[in-house]
This record gives sequence, C-alpha cells and structure tokens, in this order.
Amino acid sequence: MILTDITETLNFANVTSAIDNLLEQTWGLPSWAATTIECVLVGVGLLLVYALLALFYILYERKICAYIQCRVGPVRVGPWGLLQSFADMFKILIKELIDLKNVDKFLFALAPYLVIIASMMAFAVLPWGRGLQIIDFNIGIFFLVAVSSIGVLGILLAGWSSANKFTLIGAMRSGAQMVSYELSIGLSVLTMVCLSGTMSITGIVEGQNRLWYLFQGHIPAIIAFVIYLIAATAETNRGPFDLPEAESELTAGYHTEYSGIHFGFFYLAEYLNLFVVSGVASLLFLGGWQPLHIPGWEGFNDVMNHVPSIVWFLIKCFVISYIIIWFKWTFPRLRIDSLLKLEWKYLLPINLFNLVLMAMIIFCGWTL
Amino acid sequence: MANIQEKIAKLFPEAVCEQFDTLQVTIPDSRWHDLAVALKEDPDLCYDYLITIVGMDWKTSMGCVYYMMSTTRGNDVIAVKVLATGDREMPMIHSVYDVWAVATLYEREVYDFFGIVFVNNPDMRRLFLNIDWIGYPLRKDYNDDPNINPATTRSERQSDFTQSWVEEPDGRIVKTEPRIFAEDDFVVNIGPQHPSTHGVLRFRTAVDGETIKKIDVYMGYIHRGVEKLSEKLTYQQTLPFMDRLDYFSAHNYHHGLCRLIERAAGITISRRAEVIRVMMDELSRIASHCLFMGTFCMDLGATSMLFYTLRVREQILDIMERTCGARMTFNYDCIGGVMQDLDSNFQQDVKDLLAVIPANIKEYNKVFVGNVIAKQRMEGIGHLSKEDAIAYGVTGPSGRASGWSCDLRKIRPYSIYPELEFDEVLATEGDAMARFKVRLEEIVQSARILEQLVDNIPEGEYCVKVPKVLKLPVGHWWEMVEGCRGVFGLYLESDGSTQPYRLKIAPPCLPAAGVVDHITRGMKIADLIAIGGSLDYIIPDMDR
Repeated sequence: MILTDITETLNFANVTSAIDNLLEQTWGLPSWAATTIECVLVGVGLLLVYALLALFYILYERKICAYIQCRVGPVRVGPWGLLQSFADMFKILIKELIDLKNVDKFLFALAPYLVIIASMMAFAVLPWGRGLQIIDFNIGIFFLVAVSSIGVLGILLAGWSSANKFTLIGAMRSGAQMVSYELSIGLSVLTMVCLSGTMSITGIVEGQNRLWYLFQGHIPAIIAFVIYLIAATAETNRGPFDLPEAESELTAGYHTEYSGIHFGFFYLAEYLNLFVVSGVASLLFLGGWQPLHIPGWEGFNDVMNHVPSIVWFLIKCFVISYIIIWFKWTFPRLRIDSLLKLEWKYLLPINLFNLVLMAMIIFCGWTL
Repeated sequence: MANIQEKIAKLFPEAVCEQFDTLQVTIPDSRWHDLAVALKEDPDLCYDYLITIVGMDWKTSMGCVYYMMSTTRGNDVIAVKVLATGDREMPMIHSVYDVWAVATLYEREVYDFFGIVFVNNPDMRRLFLNIDWIGYPLRKDYNDDPNINPATTRSERQSDFTQSWVEEPDGRIVKTEPRIFAEDDFVVNIGPQHPSTHGVLRFRTAVDGETIKKIDVYMGYIHRGVEKLSEKLTYQQTLPFMDRLDYFSAHNYHHGLCRLIERAAGITISRRAEVIRVMMDELSRIASHCLFMGTFCMDLGATSMLFYTLRVREQILDIMERTCGARMTFNYDCIGGVMQDLDSNFQQDVKDLLAVIPANIKEYNKVFVGNVIAKQRMEGIGHLSKEDAIAYGVTGPSGRASGWSCDLRKIRPYSIYPELEFDEVLATEGDAMARFKVRLEEIVQSARILEQLVDNIPEGEYCVKVPKVLKLPVGHWWEMVEGCRGVFGLYLESDGSTQPYRLKIAPPCLPAAGVVDHITRGMKIADLIAIGGSLDYIIPDMDR
C-alpha cells in the first residue's frame, strides 16, 4: 500500500497534467494554443537544463581529472570552484567570432549548430523521471540512435569547410570512427531491445521495475553493457578514442579553426553527448529512473522508492559518466588503425554472437 | 694508435698525421672521399660513427675537421682535417653523405655557416638560417651589420626546391635544383607551433591518408648563434650559454665545457668539486628522464602521467634551487670548480630523494608500461637498428635502446666515473618502448651513483683560484661528455687571446631530429608523435 502511495506522489505526470488542466480547463484555451504554450515551456526548460548540465559536467570532469592527477582542480571561483564553469562560459560568450578567409562560410557556420542540435534532440526521449519525459512514442530508442548520428555530419562539415589540413584529417578520422562505432552501439542496443521486447522508452523502463536489465539478461547483458561503454566512449570522441581532436597530433582536430561560442558549441556538445550516452546506458541496462530493487527484499525496496525518480536517473548518469571520464584520464590514445581494428575485428563479431546468445537465452526463458 | 697512423700512411701517402689530444690526419680534398671510405670500411680502422663536422675559417684557408669514433675497436677518436678547394667565393669539399648518413645534415650546417659547398650532397640547403640570409656568419670576414640582414616581420620565403652541386664524370661541377617533395604530394606542416614538437621545430610531412611518405625537418627557429656569440666573449662568459642549449642537461654541458677549458689551461680542480659536479650531472639526468616520461606519455594522450613524473622532478629542482639558486638556468659549474658550496642540507635532501625513487619507478611501470594501449602504441614503433643508430649518430638513451653501447661514462670514462659502480643500460629492440624503458632504467642507475656519492663528498675547496681573464695557449682541443640525451662534443680552437677563436658545439639532439625521416616512413601520423617523443630531442639544443 505504502509503495503505491509514494510512487504516486513522486510521479511527474501529476505536475504535467496539472499544467495541462490549468491551461485548457481553468483558462479555457483551445487545445492548439495549450500545446503551443506547453512546447515553449518545454523548450525553455530544456535549454536551461542543457546549459546547466553542460556547466556541471565541465566542473565534474575537471574535478575528477584533478583527483586522478594529484591536484585539487578549480577552487578559486566560488566555493569549491563551483562558479568556475560559469566564468568560463561567460568568457566564451563574449569572445569574438573570428572571420576566416577561404572557408566555406555557410557550412562553416552551420556545422556547430548541427552538432549541438543532434545532442539536444536526443534529450527529447531520455527518461528523466517517472512521468517526466518530453515525448514518448513507440520507437523512442530507435529515434535516439538516429538523431545522435547526425552529430557526425556536423563534425565532417566542420573539418571540411575550415580549409585546413589538420581539420580535414580530424574529420576523416572522425567519420571513419563514428560510422564504425555506430554499429556497435546499434547492435548492443538491439540486444537489449530483444530482451525488453519494445522500443518504447516507457516500456523499457517499466520492464525493469522488478530487476534491472543488466541483471535480468545476465551474461549477454553484461557483454552488451561493456561493449556499449567502449563504443559510447568512441562515439562521443572522448579519450582514449579522441582521435578526431587528438591535441598532440592535430592541434585540435576538426574544431581547430573555430572560435568564441562556435567553439563553445562543440565543447558543450561533447559534454552533453557524454550525458546522453550515459543516460542511454542507464535506460537500457540500469533501469532508467527505476530505483534499485532486489527481489525479496521488501523493506529495502521500499526505502529505495522514497528517493525521487529523477535523482535515480541523474545518479546513474553521473556514475557511468565517471567511468567514461576515468578512461580518458588514465589511458593513452589509440592509433587510427588499432581503433578500427578493435571495432571491426573484435567488437563487431562479439556483438553479433552476443545478439544470438541473447535471443537463445530469451527463447529458452533463462532470463532472471 | 701508432699502427693506425702507419696504416693510414701506407694507404694514403699524402696524408699527414699529427698527434694532439686525438690523432689528426690532414688530407687533400681530392683524396678525402677515398680516405673516408677506408676509415669506415677497413676492418683495422672501422671509424663508423661520425661525431661531428667542425667547419673552420683559418682566414687564409677554409676547411673542416671531422671527428669520428670507432664503435667496434675501443671507441677511440680520430680527427681528419680537410682543406677546401676553390676560392672564398665558393669553397668546395667532397661530400661523405654516402659514408656516414648523418653527414647529410652536418654538411648542411657547415654550408649554412661557412658557405662551404659539399659536392654530391643531394640536399645543400641552409640548415638554420632562412633561405634569403646574406653572408655566412661564422666566417671571420662576415659583416654583421644589422641593415644587411634586418629583422623582418614578414614570413620567411619558402621554397619547394633544394639545391645540389653534382660532380659530372668529366670533373665539371653542376648545380641542380631538385624538388623536396613530389609535385602532387599532400604536405602537412607539423610545427613550428605544434604541441608535440616540444618547441619550435617544423616537420613538413608528406602524407598519404594517415601514412607518412616523407618528412622534411625544418629547423632553426630558435637559432641564437651561440657559437658566433662565443667568439666575442671571454672563456668564462661562454659558460652561461651551456644552460641554454639542452636546458635539462645544463649541469652536464657546463661540466663538458669546464673540463675542456680547464684541460686547455692546465687547471686541476679539487676532488670535492669533481664529486659535486658528478652528483649534479646525475641529478639532472634523473630530472630530465622524469620529464621525458611525462611529456612522452602526454604526447600519447596519457596526460595524467606527467603529474606523477613531475613530482620527482620538482623534488630535484628544489634541491638544485637550494644549492645553485636557480631551478632552470643554474650556471653552477665554473672554470676551476663550482660557483658556490653545497647547501648545508644537501645530503639529507638527496637521501630523501633516493628514498622515494624506487616507489615511483614501480608506480610508473604499473601505471603506464604495462598498459595495453601503451604497448600497442610503443612496441615495434619507430624501429631503429644498431647500424642505423651509428650511421645517423643517434647517441644517448635512444642509441642504447638500439643496442649501441655509447655511454661515454662507460666507454670513455671521464671525471670520477671510472671509480663508480653502475651499469650501462642497453636494449636490443630499438623501438619506442625500448627507448622508454632504457630511460626508466637509467634513473635507477643514476640513483645508484648518487647513493655511492652522497655520504662520500670529500672536504676541500669547491673552487680553485683561476685568473679573472683566462688566456689559453695556441692550439685546439676536443672534449666529449655524456649529456642526458647523448654525446655532447665540444671543439675549441684558441689563437692565444682571451677569446675562443672557434667554439664548436656538437649536440646530441641534432642527429636525433635528423633520423626522424628515416624511421617514420610508412608509419602513421600518430606514430610520428610517438617516435619524436621517444627520441626526446630538445629544440634549443639542435638549433643552438
């Protein structure tokens, strides 16, 4: 009894339907107007969350990196350096956008927007909390995979339109890398969709009410999780897969020529992509916003239910992000040929085998 | 030594042999190439390592002094003096680029400073100065009026061509202008402003996708003309330049020049000063190798390693600061000993350092060397065979990683090194990993040397009395010491005045940069960074 009560009060659908009621019934607006206002509200909210998350992630990475490198990280601006990223972002906002000769001006200006739009669109289907989701439709996870690969287009355009040999090499590397690793991401997502039996985000999350998929699918799910983590790191161009922007080889790779907020867009998008891939990992493997439930431990499960669902989701994201950041600051960078070898000779065959294994396990009913 | 003299006299009756601090053979240019081949190939001579080429302007004549070492036969050094033919407009010597590979680079340097043309050398461009420079600075009649070569804010003129003087079969000498790269090569400029060249060095890299086809090393961006400047200063005043070549081997280089001048002036220094100098050399070596590991790992993308290695380096710099009063340009060794006595806490500081080194070495091995990606990036990358290492004159840890026993502290021991117990670190793989591991192990050996010395610093004066203005007798001298990056050679010629007539510095980093093209061909761009990092060159050292 208590369990349902708590989840009901923490359901964000209550808030959203209250707003909807207010607009349509109390104020008597027509439904098209109500929808427009709701869309604007969602857009503003999204932008705000987007900016705040990016700022948080910059600080988060700097602190973790400092910890790994026996330093303290930013401490001067605000308590524990909390305001450091605000200062940095303000600085980047007031920087001049340098006009370059010989660049393809339209594509050069378009590229950073493509990159940032791709990561922003992925936000639409992330399961933020119980009932807190921007759009819920039956191919949610497919949509997510689709929009996140628009980003590579922006990177290719940036590298090509800059009229610089370093950026061109960076874009070439990036193209090869992201197209290859998209396969691994796709296949490990597919493995988990097999297990869940649905592509709807709500469906996937609800399916993990009893137990997270990572445990439900045991061996193949864990393999898929590891592969997903590796591929996601490559997909977000982060170390040790940061070849497109390998600073010791290509100065800054594809975004060498960008300045001011256009550079800032690439920079933000990188952090937001980190959040998006962590979000997808927690959605597919760690139950999205579902609390940690252990079958049979009723008291424990009950306590877990008292934590708001959005907190669960964010904690899971930050933990997975921590692992990916940890990779970056402890591993040296791979070389382009070994990077592609890793994908095509190891990850892809393992992934295909894993998909078959998962299908067999589901067929035999060996899931937990 | 006598039988070498006989052997050369028998083969080349026109050669004149004299004994200075090394055996010196004087030979006319027409026979020089034959002598070079004989010196390298003859099993009784076997001078396979060309240490340096000293360009000389004796006012009445011009020429070169070549210093060579035999790596198989007792590591003895021979000098060959060759006078240039032709007038001062265009003096000429035959090139020996086909005998010693490194000569290609050294001959360019001599051409740059003296205008001596090396016939048959395929690449006779200037090496350091820009291509429109007027005059040859190290000639004694060089006009250094700033209006002739004004400082310009314009970009340096670039050329896709080099020049070469080739001798036709009928003896005529013809100038040709071959292309450096093929016409449709995709050439990427890596440097001079690039995070991984460790200074202002520029690689013009022809690439095919990610694969490197050819590299043209373009240097001289930090050339300060140390050799030219030294000719107008007293001997004491030339010393501070040694801090500014390879700034991580500042003590070692000072040690070399001080030894050279002291030997020339007949000064004997106290035992205490010798011990202090050697201890400082070894501390520098540890600090230098620590920094190498940090920056090398950073080049490979493992940024965190830098902080772990800098911890040890900081501790060493603190020790040096307390004794020398500086953390970078120490200017500590001076003629007659060292500048000031050791800090009262020096021994304890060194002991503290020695206590933390083993744990740190263990940590470096655990954190980086065993890493699977690190292995992939380093093993088998930039393979340099022992023969190539000798031919290209790559000394120091990089040479030893190829199996070439070239540690002067062992093979031609100087100062108090003969009394000390340590091992020369050798590896056979010759790849980037071997170069990394040799340096790691050299830290351990340097720590061993320090352990033996730290409790045995004898009492005595730290500096003997030396006249404020030193006058050296007429003559010339040759000295080599082991810097942190390899053989550091010095040639000094005196005309009896208070200033050096010619001071030639043979740095270890110049050949290290020269070999990059040879070992990167067919590798990836990322490998260029790994190879460049593992060779560990210091740009101010090669540019001087």
